[in-house]
Amino acid sequence: MPSETLELDVNTSLGAFDLEASLDLPMDGITAVFGPSGGGKTTLLRTIAGFESASGRIALAGERWLDSPGRVDVPPHRRSVGCVFQDVRLFGHLRVHGNLRYAARRARPGGATVEEVVSAFDLGSLLSRPVSELSGGERQRVALARTLLTNARLLLLDEPMSALDTERKADILSYLETLSAPMLYVSHAVDEVALLAERTLVLADGRVRAFGATREILERLDIQSITGRFEAGTLVRARVVEHDPQYHLTTLDVGGQHIVMPMSTRLAAGDFARVRVRARDVALATTPPKDLSIRNVLSGTLIDLVREEDSPFAEALVEIADQHVRARITRASADDLGLRVGQGVYALVKSATFDQ
Amino acid sequence: MELGPIWLTAKLAAVTTLVLLALGTPLAWWLAHTQTRIKPAIEALTALPLVLPPTVLGFYLLILLHPGSAIGSLWVQATGDSLTFSFSGLVIASVVYSLPFMVQPLQSAFAAVGRAPLEAAASLRASRLDAFATVAVPLSARGFLTASVLTFAHTVGEFGVVLMVGGNIPGETRVVSIAIYEHVETLQYADAHVLSAGLLAFSFVVLLVVYSLNRRFPVHAL
Repeated sequence: MPSETLELDVNTSLGAFDLEASLDLPMDGITAVFGPSGGGKTTLLRTIAGFESASGRIALAGERWLDSPGRVDVPPHRRSVGCVFQDVRLFGHLRVHGNLRYAARRARPGGATVEEVVSAFDLGSLLSRPVSELSGGERQRVALARTLLTNARLLLLDEPMSALDTERKADILSYLETLSAPMLYVSHAVDEVALLAERTLVLADGRVRAFGATREILERLDIQSITGRFEAGTLVRARVVEHDPQYHLTTLDVGGQHIVMPMSTRLAAGDFARVRVRARDVALATTPPKDLSIRNVLSGTLIDLVREEDSPFAEALVEIADQHVRARITRASADDLGLRVGQGVYALVKSATFDQ
Repeated sequence: MELGPIWLTAKLAAVTTLVLLALGTPLAWWLAHTQTRIKPAIEALTALPLVLPPTVLGFYLLILLHPGSAIGSLWVQATGDSLTFSFSGLVIASVVYSLPFMVQPLQSAFAAVGRAPLEAAASLRASRLDAFATVAVPLSARGFLTASVLTFAHTVGEFGVVLMVGGNIPGETRVVSIAIYEHVETLQYADAHVLSAGLLAFSFVVLLVVYSLNRRFPVHAL
């Protein structure tokens, strides 16, 4: 139901910090909320949930949750918002199944059953344990399961998987993707954002710095000071051509050109994959390079070049067919190569990672 | 062995504890969560019985409750009985006198639980009252136990206020501490010993139970 939106026009003051956000969030799929610590990510979620007193307007699909002039301020338990808190917050006086039952008893009708989430989150062996005896990752799985049981209209997840290993994360992500409820997902790891979300909201110093499709946001050079230079990069859509079991490599097609990556058996030939290429792993050449250990050379067009003042570095954006790759090079080499926007370049990709 | 004063003392302590559970819980909850500027004043008022001589408290209660006062005459009209020198008056006096012993442990228990679990409950669609009953109370179980036991024991141990407000009427206001005082005054040391040693043992056992429970259940509710 992409027609439903969460209208936000709020101001939340917490001592010296204040959050101002004004935007319409489409209520479908996953929206990543991303930015540096203290940027207002958690405050935004708490404001939407009704845990911080804010002024302004919040409405979900036209239903007002907050309307300061109209003196509407719906209490959190009637907003039907499911929260996974950064500090987990399981109930210490209940065991795992008690925590799950607490949510199930109060859930909106039509949601998952306890049995379903227990199997989806692999909690069968934990059910009779006191929560104080769970590991960090186990707590987060229980907290996610508990929140999903409420069948909320909107899920607010504040770093819900920070303690989980990669494999478990992938399992849970694929489960989250099957859910119909829209989610706001807070993270300060770019990789997680890229992996998850169709849409990204960047917050810093309590202000919305960018909001749009994840791929576009990650490509925008002006928000790099927020995303952090070293993690900056782009997502590339690629099709699996073939696997090479002998060398453990997978060949991918990117806009008609091939790159090879460490083999991923989760993908079959013909599948589409999202590949994350970090700017610091890309070098540039103006002529086709030879005799290199780097096997991935993509030819494209330089479409943006930003020289950073008071820094040795410059950031280049290269277009390859309809895909983009970012390169972080020194200003000196940009000048030596005589790089100009619009010219043809070769992007040397040292490494890349699969996203799904 | 006189059972009258012992039974009366137990009844007074039990009724006082129940009344204070009903009155002290909302007060402690409010104190733990309020951000009002008058909070220190309310906390000081609540703590006053800790530092005031029981005679001061007893004196003002006597003035407040005697049949000629507003409250006292209302009570006489409604029940035909006097509030001073009666069991009902003793309960009111004990409730005031033991208030800090109920409110302070509860307030710190509620403060220790904090807002976090209540927000979690609200996000699971629990109303405020629901969250209080199903999350805050069980998580504060140890605070409730400590507060109740201390209130009960402190009421058992009260003397000055009882003497001033209740006097020494057998079966009505003659609690153990008053009986001991009378025994000593009339040089019946053997009787005084029996009751005194009994109170000493009782107080020790109560405190032992509180401290053992605190040790045995460091995190979980009962």
